[in-house]
Amino acid sequence: MLLLATTLSVCACGSHPAAENTEPALPVATIDEANGATISGKVLFTGDKPSMPVIDMSANPMCERQHSTPQHAETVVINPNGTIRYAFVWIKDGLPKARWTPPQTSMTSVVLDQNGCVYRPHVLALMVGQQLEIDNSDPVNHNVHAEAQVNVAWNESQPPQADKKFKTFPREEIWFPVTCSVHPWMRAFLSVVSHPFFAVTGEDGAFTLKGVPPGSYTLEVIQEKFGRKTAQVAVAADESKTIDFTYTQ
Amino acid sequence: MNKSLHRFAILLAFWTLLLVVAGGLVTSNDAGLSVPDWPLSYGKLMPKMEGGIFYEHGHRMVATFDGLLMVAMCLWLWMKDARRWMKWLGTAAVIAGVFQGVLGGLTVIYLLPPAISVSHACLAQLYFSTTVAMVLFTSREWLAGSREITEKQDAPIRVLAIMVPLCVLGQLALGAAARHKALGTIWHICGSSIVTGAVLWFAVRILLHYPDHPALRKSAIALLGITFLQVFLGIAAYMSRIATVDAPQPMPIMILFTVLHVATGALTMAASVIAAIEVYRNVRPEHHFAAQGVPVTS
Repeated sequence: MLLLATTLSVCACGSHPAAENTEPALPVATIDEANGATISGKVLFTGDKPSMPVIDMSANPMCERQHSTPQHAETVVINPNGTIRYAFVWIKDGLPKARWTPPQTSMTSVVLDQNGCVYRPHVLALMVGQQLEIDNSDPVNHNVHAEAQVNVAWNESQPPQADKKFKTFPREEIWFPVTCSVHPWMRAFLSVVSHPFFAVTGEDGAFTLKGVPPGSYTLEVIQEKFGRKTAQVAVAADESKTIDFTYTQ
Repeated sequence: MNKSLHRFAILLAFWTLLLVVAGGLVTSNDAGLSVPDWPLSYGKLMPKMEGGIFYEHGHRMVATFDGLLMVAMCLWLWMKDARRWMKWLGTAAVIAGVFQGVLGGLTVIYLLPPAISVSHACLAQLYFSTTVAMVLFTSREWLAGSREITEKQDAPIRVLAIMVPLCVLGQLALGAAARHKALGTIWHICGSSIVTGAVLWFAVRILLHYPDHPALRKSAIALLGITFLQVFLGIAAYMSRIATVDAPQPMPIMILFTVLHVATGALTMAASVIAAIEVYRNVRPEHHFAAQGVPVTS
């Protein structure tokens, strides 16, 4: 048994698979906002609106005291207009292989805040190499565990008033959880995309992908509970197309 | 008989069962990574015990005290116990305890790799079984000597006695693999029918064919009772997990049944080890007596 455990330990403690980026050099590509196409749409929901369970924060009264009303899980958030919030939309397939540079508006960090012992926002996305800023606005200690499989996973503590953390991810990796083991209800979902054509739906449930080069693409939407859906779309230069996704329960 | 040593062995076994419960609470509360560093916790000996830190650091504290108890047990054995093999059993247990601590640290540092987490869970069960065996080895009944009988040819149990603890250990590994998401729960569920069948076969054979041997009878009844309890707890743990699958956090009902299932799993392992020890001590193959020219009882 000891021998088995030793062997397993040694095997499991080897180098992380994603430590090195061995991809060959790719041509640089930039968004052509003037001539590129626009793909927009909404993520809709039909059926009985699911009621989300209340989070029990009694394990840490400091968390509980920060909320005047009960906090519900954000597994499914239906907007008043019948659309879904926190759905991740991206071009999954069809783009030419290239090293995409982010648009100027996307050069800033993407912020993940721990506020009220909840991750805000619940779903976020960023480009490969783009900075993720992690804040702790809470008076309590958190640990941030990026449960990446393709990139290197990490788990770091962030006490109250601690410095912001800054992280980047060198590889594309779609939809992995970020969790806090101190507060097991805390869960966000992160996607790292190798190109700039992605969005996360907000209070209007809408998404817009601008500057898409002409071509035929597979568009994918991911929602935490309802899963993945894809759609095919072909766009010409300067064209605008609308694609709506509908989840039904 | 050294009564104090026996009582200390009982304390050590109880404390180790508490340690298994504490470990079960860590996993069931998803708190395994709530303290990101090791061997210290947030760089301290005593961090603020909030949220999941209570379970993870609590587990470390219980484990540290258990290690100290085992070291004391080992020293006591070397000073007071005349049996050489018992001294070395204590030494092996200390080494296993240290190794178990290192495995626990590695699983934190390397972010719960399933291979290490499952090894940590399995070694915990073996370590607990060792402490229970120490209770047996220091007991009055053990020190009074064995009451040897012949293995019946139509009801052999010596091979079975080895197979059952191995089956139980395999089933515990499948359970740990399911908990650490290395395998689906279906393997653990399938394994339960095999293990339950093996335990039934073994225990019923003892009760039917060797009912007059007190040590064998007691160990078979204990194994049977604990295994039945474990099966029902397994069903309850699974049902509670299904019922709370959409919950935003681990729910108390799921935690309760799962931790009870983990603890009773440790007891099942220990009971099967004790039964195997009793069989190998008391049930001798026929040629053993024939070689010694001793009249055979059966």
